[in-house]
Amino acid sequence: MIAVKNISKSFGTKNVLQDINLTLQRGKVNMIIGKSGAGKSVLLKCLVGLFDIDAGSILYDERQFSKMGYQAKKKVRQEVGMLFQGSALFDSKSVIENVMFPLTIFSDKSTEEIKERAIFCLRRVKIDETADDSFPAEISGGMQKRVAIARAIALQPRYLFCDEPNSGLDPQTSIIIDNLIREITEEFDITTIVISHDMNSVMEISDTISFIHQGQKWWEGSRDDIMNTENQEVVDFVYASNFMKALRASFIKK
Amino acid sequence: MSIFDHLGKYYILMSQAFAKPDKFKVVWKRVIDEMESIGLGSLPIVGILSIFMGAVTLLQMAYNFSNPLVPVYTEGLATRDTMILEFAPTIISLILAGKVGSSIAGNLGTMKVTEQIDALEIMGVNPKSYLIMPKVVAALFVFPFIVIVSIFLGVTGGYIASLLTGTVSIENYVFGIKFDFEPFYITYALIKAEFFALIITSIASYQGFLTSGGAKEVGDSGTRAVVYSCIIILLFDLILTQLLLTV
Repeated sequence: MIAVKNISKSFGTKNVLQDINLTLQRGKVNMIIGKSGAGKSVLLKCLVGLFDIDAGSILYDERQFSKMGYQAKKKVRQEVGMLFQGSALFDSKSVIENVMFPLTIFSDKSTEEIKERAIFCLRRVKIDETADDSFPAEISGGMQKRVAIARAIALQPRYLFCDEPNSGLDPQTSIIIDNLIREITEEFDITTIVISHDMNSVMEISDTISFIHQGQKWWEGSRDDIMNTENQEVVDFVYASNFMKALRASFIKK
Repeated sequence: MSIFDHLGKYYILMSQAFAKPDKFKVVWKRVIDEMESIGLGSLPIVGILSIFMGAVTLLQMAYNFSNPLVPVYTEGLATRDTMILEFAPTIISLILAGKVGSSIAGNLGTMKVTEQIDALEIMGVNPKSYLIMPKVVAALFVFPFIVIVSIFLGVTGGYIASLLTGTVSIENYVFGIKFDFEPFYITYALIKAEFFALIITSIASYQGFLTSGGAKEVGDSGTRAVVYSCIIILLFDLILTQLLLTV
């Protein structure tokens, strides 16, 4: 579980995050949603320690992550997997080398054992052996995301962070990635945090939803709650398109 | 940012880059890869430039020293000393600032803007140590080797020019390149090569890590890496020459 207590972050005079409290539960997909520029990505970068927070604290299973020194943070980070918006695969390494990389650095296993684990992770995300020796530039965006998930789970993380996992993907591939995230969360019992503004993903895989608006936690609830909320900002976000507005109108009429 | 901000950030980056690596075996493999990229990858351009510069230097010396009062071995001697003292260590380093420096800054800048460096950080890998240290160490290993090759090929270029043009006789040229040889000049060239290797790789790495934005900013980082490296190489050339040759 990750507990976020009263965190704030500003850049110069601009307050990007203000007094945010969150409880991100283990074995569940915790979704953080909000409009572009709401502060979601900054929040994610604060959670993983890429940005230092100005106030508050972040606890990884009771461990004070935000107040740790560099070496202690490094240890915790070995329990963290992250799926970046643009995949962030190492373009000078092949698909299998990308997945082997964290194991090469942090495990004492032999090269054969490391390769075996990498192959297991790649097959788990449904990448077949024909792509193993390809380079990231040679595979599709959807495959890149799946390889990035394989790399993220290679070290059997306790925490998985996903920054807009569906951005740039078609609806069908998005569902494949969503389902993978859901399955992996349940299978390995990890704390998964997904940043998104894709309502399909929200309805497909979320267990808890936090809505960030103007750098603040504006609303939180479940999938069922978000469909019935009266919170105007959330309603505007969820029912942004004319199609969704019409759907809501017919729903209310009934 | 002021120059003091840059100096402070550069110092912090370099101290983090030379922190204890996560796995020595992995870093050593990266050093070997970088030695291949920086060293072997640079040899063709260094070879071509050195041969032509040696040849041109000899012809210019012959033209300028065409006086019966000047000893016949002067052209060979001047070609040799020009290659050892200035051309091989300094001019080749300026060329490598363009080739190696822009490549390092572009590579690291792209990794920065595509979040590959963030990915390393989140995995718990020290990206500075993993990415920068091997480049600097590899350059420190291979630059002296490149300079020696350049000196050899430059002097050979002079030989070829004298052979093909007959401007200077082969006997006089060979006598000139052997005449009054000062071994300390080689030491001086190698010391300069080590300083310039450090300057090129560290400034390019700093510019790469400083990159934020997109393709334009990556290009700008490459340009800045080359321009700043060249200026600092010339500045250190002056300082080292004053310290090593005139004191």
